Amino acid sequence: MGWNVAERREPGINGPGRAARIGFGLFWIYVILYFGFIALVLFRPDILSSRPFGGVNLAIASGLGLIAAALLLSVVYMVACRVVESPRGERR
Amino acid sequence: MLYESSPVAIAIFASFVLAVVGLSFWLGRKGQSAKGYYAAHGEIHWFINGIAFAGDYLSAASFLGICGMIAFHGFDGFLYSIGFLAGWIVALFVIAEPIKSLGKFTFADALDAKYNSRGIKLSVAISTLVVSIFYLIPQMVGAGDLIVPLLGLPHAVGVILVGIAVTLIVVTAGMVSTTWVQFIKGSLLVFFCGVLTSMILGRGLTVNTGSLEPQTRSVTPDGRVLVDGEPQTRDHDLRPVGTLAALPARYGDATTTGPLGPLEYLSVLEDSRIVTWSGKKSTDASGTHTVYTPTERAGADLLKPGGYFKGLTTGKLADKLDFASLMLALFCGTASLPHILIRYYTVKDAAAARKSTVVGIAAIGAFYVLTLFLGLGAMTSGALDPTSTNMAAPLLAKSFNETLFAVISAIAFTTVLGTVSGLIMAGSGAVAHDLVENVLGIPMDDAEKVRCGKIAAVGLGIVAMALGILFRSFNVSFLVGWAFNIAASANLPALVMLLFWPRTTKEGIISAVTVGMLASLTWILLSADTFEKVYGLSRDASPVPFSQPGLVTIPLGFIVLIVVSLLTKAEPKGKPA
Repeated sequence: MGWNVAERREPGINGPGRAARIGFGLFWIYVILYFGFIALVLFRPDILSSRPFGGVNLAIASGLGLIAAALLLSVVYMVACRVVESPRGERR
Repeated sequence: MLYESSPVAIAIFASFVLAVVGLSFWLGRKGQSAKGYYAAHGEIHWFINGIAFAGDYLSAASFLGICGMIAFHGFDGFLYSIGFLAGWIVALFVIAEPIKSLGKFTFADALDAKYNSRGIKLSVAISTLVVSIFYLIPQMVGAGDLIVPLLGLPHAVGVILVGIAVTLIVVTAGMVSTTWVQFIKGSLLVFFCGVLTSMILGRGLTVNTGSLEPQTRSVTPDGRVLVDGEPQTRDHDLRPVGTLAALPARYGDATTTGPLGPLEYLSVLEDSRIVTWSGKKSTDASGTHTVYTPTERAGADLLKPGGYFKGLTTGKLADKLDFASLMLALFCGTASLPHILIRYYTVKDAAAARKSTVVGIAAIGAFYVLTLFLGLGAMTSGALDPTSTNMAAPLLAKSFNETLFAVISAIAFTTVLGTVSGLIMAGSGAVAHDLVENVLGIPMDDAEKVRCGKIAAVGLGIVAMALGILFRSFNVSFLVGWAFNIAASANLPALVMLLFWPRTTKEGIISAVTVGMLASLTWILLSADTFEKVYGLSRDASPVPFSQPGLVTIPLGFIVLIVVSLLTKAEPKGKPA
C-alpha cells in the first residue's frame, strides 16, 4: 500500500505522511476491536451474555466500550497529529 | 393507536420551523458566490461543523428507528448504534484529510482530481444522486409518520411541509443555512435526549400491571379499522404496551426502585422480568387482522444479541452472513455518503476537518449511548404503541408529560429537516456542478452556477416529496440500510484505491463505481426482504442467499477496480485525459 496522497498532497513535508501512518495504526486497532466484537456476536454469544463485572453484561459493556474507544482513538489521533506537525510550524 | 394533536406541539414545531427558515433568509440576504452556495465559503468554524456533522448524520432512522428497535427487540437495536458510530473511524482516519485536499465542492471533484475525466464525473454524479435519493425516501416517510400523531394532519401533508421547508432552507443560502440548521438540530437533539435520559434514570423502574389480554387490529376490505372487533375510536383503541412485570428479588415487595445510576439501571433491568408484545398478521375474507400478544421475558434475554437478528440464534449460515454484511456496510458506508463528505469542504483546512470530525464523533457517540437508555426506558414505560416502533421515543416522552412529548416530537421532525437539507444540498451539487457544468460542458459564471444549483434543489425537493408519499408504508431503518449498502459498494472501493494505490486508472474508477452501484442495487431488488416487504412475494422465491449485499458487493467493487486498472494503461501523472 503506497502513500500516494500524502506524498502528492504535501510535497516536501514529512508531517502529513507521519500523521497518515498514525491514522492507519489507530484505524487497524479499531478494525480489530469492531470485527472482534462482531465475531463474538456471531459465534460466541454466550460470552457476551456473561457478567464478568457483576452489573451489566459483556454485550452492553463492550458496546459502550466500542463507542468510548472510537472517541478515545480520535482524540489520540488529533493530539498525535498536532505533535508530529508542530516542529514544522502551523500548516497553511 | 389514535393520537390527539397537541396545540403545544404545533406551536413549538411551528416556531422552530419559522425560526430556521427565517435564519436561512437572513443568512442568504447577501449575494452569493458558488463557493458560498456549495461550500459555505470554506469558512465554517470546526466546532460548528462538528456538531453539524451530528445534525447531518443523526437521521430519523437513528432517533426514531433505533429507539423503537431497542424498545421492541432489546439489545439488537444497539448494534445499529455501534455500527453507525464505527463508520466515523473510517471517515476520520482514512478519508477526511485526503478528501479535503483533493476536492472543491462535490465528491466527484475528489475522485476526479487526478484524472479530469468526464466518465468519472458522470458515474460518480449518478451514484451520488442514487445514494442521496435512497437516503431521502426514509427521511420523508419518517416526516409523514410523525405528522400524523403530532399535528393530526394526513401523512402526505407532513411530507409536503418538510419538502417545502427544506427547499426554502437550501435555496436561500445553500450550504451556509444548511450548516446552521444542522448545527441547531444536532445540539437540540443531543441536549434533549440527555434531558430525557436523566428523567428516565430519575424515575427508575416501576412494576406496572397492564392487562395481558391479546389485542387485535383489523382492517376490513372497505378500509374500516376495528379493534377487537369493534370500530376504532379514542375510547375504544389498542392499549399502550411495554411493561415491567417484576423487579429483581432483592427489591422484595417493593414495586419501584426510585432513582438509579446509569449502570445500576442496566443491571436492575437485566435481573427484572419484562413484557414485550409482538404482532402476527393474517388475512381472510373479513379483512387483514393483526393479533398482538404479550410475552414475559427475563431482562437478561432482552439485553443480549439475537432479539431482532434471528440469524444470531438459529445458527443458519445465510442469516449469519446477512448480519455480518449489514455490519460491514454500516462500517464502510458512513465514509461513502456524499452528504457527509461534502461537509469537509465547508472548513478551511485539513486540520479543521480533523477537529470537526472528532467533535462529530463525540456528539454522535454521546447520542448513541443515550439511545440505549431511551430505548430501554420506552420498553418499560407502559406507553408504547404496539403498531408502530417508530413512535417509541415520542411516546416515552409522553409518559412523562405532554410538553416533553411536544418538544421531542418537534425535535424529531426537525431531525428530518437537518438531514434532508444535507441530502438535497449534495444532490444539487451533483446535478449542477458535476452533471451540467462538468459532464455536459455548459460553461457557467459564478451567479449561473448558484442559480443552476438552486433550480436543481427545487427539483430534488419535488422528487423527495413524491417519493415520500409513494413509499409511505415502508420501514424507515430498512430503507436506510439500502442507502448504506449502495454508498459503500459504489463509492468506497474507488475512494480508497484512488488514495492508496498508485496504479488506479480512470477506467478502473468508472467501472468500480458503476458495477458497485448496479450490483448492490440489483442484489437489493432481488433480496428476500424486498420480495416479502415490497413485492408481497414469498421469501423463498428470492434468488440471492441473504438480503444485505455489502459482504459481496463491496469486495466486488475492489476486484473490478483492480482488474480493470491492471488491464488499462495509467495516464502519466499530471496530464489531463
